[in-house]
Amino acid sequence: MTDTVLNAREDARARGGQTSEWMPYLPASSSPYCPDGVEPSALTWAETVAPGGYTHKVVARGTRIRFDDPTGDACAHVIVYNALEPVERLNVADTLKIPWQAYLDAGHPLLSGDGRVLASIVGDTSGHHDAFCGTTTEAWCLQKYGDAAPEGPFPAGRSLFVKAAAKHGLAPRDLPPSVSFFQGVRVDADGAFEWRGSAGEGKSVELLAELPLLVLVANVPHPLDPRADYVVGPLRVHAWRSKPTGPDDDRFQVTPEAHRAYLNTIDYAEARGL
Amino acid sequence: MTSSVPVGATFAPDSPLDWSEPLVPGEVVLDERVAPNASWSAVVRKGHVLTIVDVGGNQSGDCLIYNAADTEERYSAPDTLAWQGNAYVRTGTVLRSNLGNPLMTVVGNEIDRQDTIGGACSKESNTLRYGHHVMFHHGCRENFLSEGQKHGLGLRDLVSNLNWFMNVPVEEDGALGIVDGMSAPGKRVAVRAEMDVLVLVSNCPQMNNPCNDFNPTPLRMLVVEP
Ligand SMILES: [Zn+2]
Repeated sequence: MTDTVLNAREDARARGGQTSEWMPYLPASSSPYCPDGVEPSALTWAETVAPGGYTHKVVARGTRIRFDDPTGDACAHVIVYNALEPVERLNVADTLKIPWQAYLDAGHPLLSGDGRVLASIVGDTSGHHDAFCGTTTEAWCLQKYGDAAPEGPFPAGRSLFVKAAAKHGLAPRDLPPSVSFFQGVRVDADGAFEWRGSAGEGKSVELLAELPLLVLVANVPHPLDPRADYVVGPLRVHAWRSKPTGPDDDRFQVTPEAHRAYLNTIDYAEARGL
Repeated sequence: MTSSVPVGATFAPDSPLDWSEPLVPGEVVLDERVAPNASWSAVVRKGHVLTIVDVGGNQSGDCLIYNAADTEERYSAPDTLAWQGNAYVRTGTVLRSNLGNPLMTVVGNEIDRQDTIGGACSKESNTLRYGHHVMFHHGCRENFLSEGQKHGLGLRDLVSNLNWFMNVPVEEDGALGIVDGMSAPGKRVAVRAEMDVLVLVSNCPQMNNPCNDFNPTPLRMLVVEP
């Protein structure tokens, strides 16, 4: 009965306490999927993102962020920003060019256009990722699925990023090219993209926030996914307090380029008193 | 008048230069020269064809494209590559926007492949690539900021760009990098505007890798109405 305010309130409150397959877990320590080896009390973000859904969070420097693909069909499209100055953001070109490597895996830094490491990839059991194709647009979904309404069954990754960015005061011009995890692409000798798809269920990727980050995530099919249907699985996200990369870590000096990138990052953090 | 400002390198006086001519016939509506290290911009009307001449050979022309009527719609390297299913830009490549719309089409190209993976050089990324002693060097990102502000564009509007005449192979294991160019004096690329577009170009000043043959030379920009 929702005929009066009191009845409506009772009806609304009776809905509390339920669960769904796709939801944030609050407090994060209550997550039913706390990663092995992580103290639940250290969790600062726990969520299962729906197929075709998105999430976003500002996380502290030193936060470790883990993406899990429980079904093998997730595709985590990700953009990261310096949360303190979002004009500093993921620069995919520098992220490939400076490490001299097009294929993302553990140890690869996600670089900004300002010569700093926004996040380090510190764990990867998938190895199937892509930094060439970005995410989908409405135009793409329209030609592939015949529909692209953001509220419908075939949302484009860009539509979700637009909304996620807006919730942090950012406009479409603040959306740079993104990277995607869990669905892989390779480049053949002629430049053609070869679809590798998923590495299977139960894979994970871990990022380490080297600065305070705004993280935007859209969970939509990769643009080159050859399946005619819109197939994407749930995406789990967990984050917990840890430490940013420092001189004691092997990756700090793994290459001269990475070394100077970490020096630039720490220089910025020190100057800002982070 | 002298100046104590450290300026970038320019081409050796004996460098062969070939100013060439438009790659596509038509009435020339714009003909401008871009000095080494300098930036350039122009609106190219729908249907007009922009020819970029690599006057001295292997000179990277870093390039961004915007919908002239609404610059929030701009060049998207990932959309361009995903729609064509290939990592390289060649004749026939449709240069797409962040909305997936065609901005320009490559209608002529005198080298095997053009790059849109390598991005622009910058003072900041130069420190990672070469060391902090090159922080004072000029970079394409500087040019994009100087040229972009003439059109109300800033850092938020800079995205992964095209690099005309730059060679960035992706090898089998994913190794990727800027290597010796495949261009030569007078080689050209021609792009047809599919809508009214604003084109920004940085004549790359980089002196720490082979993207300019370590000898920055001019570019010639020609727009014809076919
Ligand atoms: Zn440059």
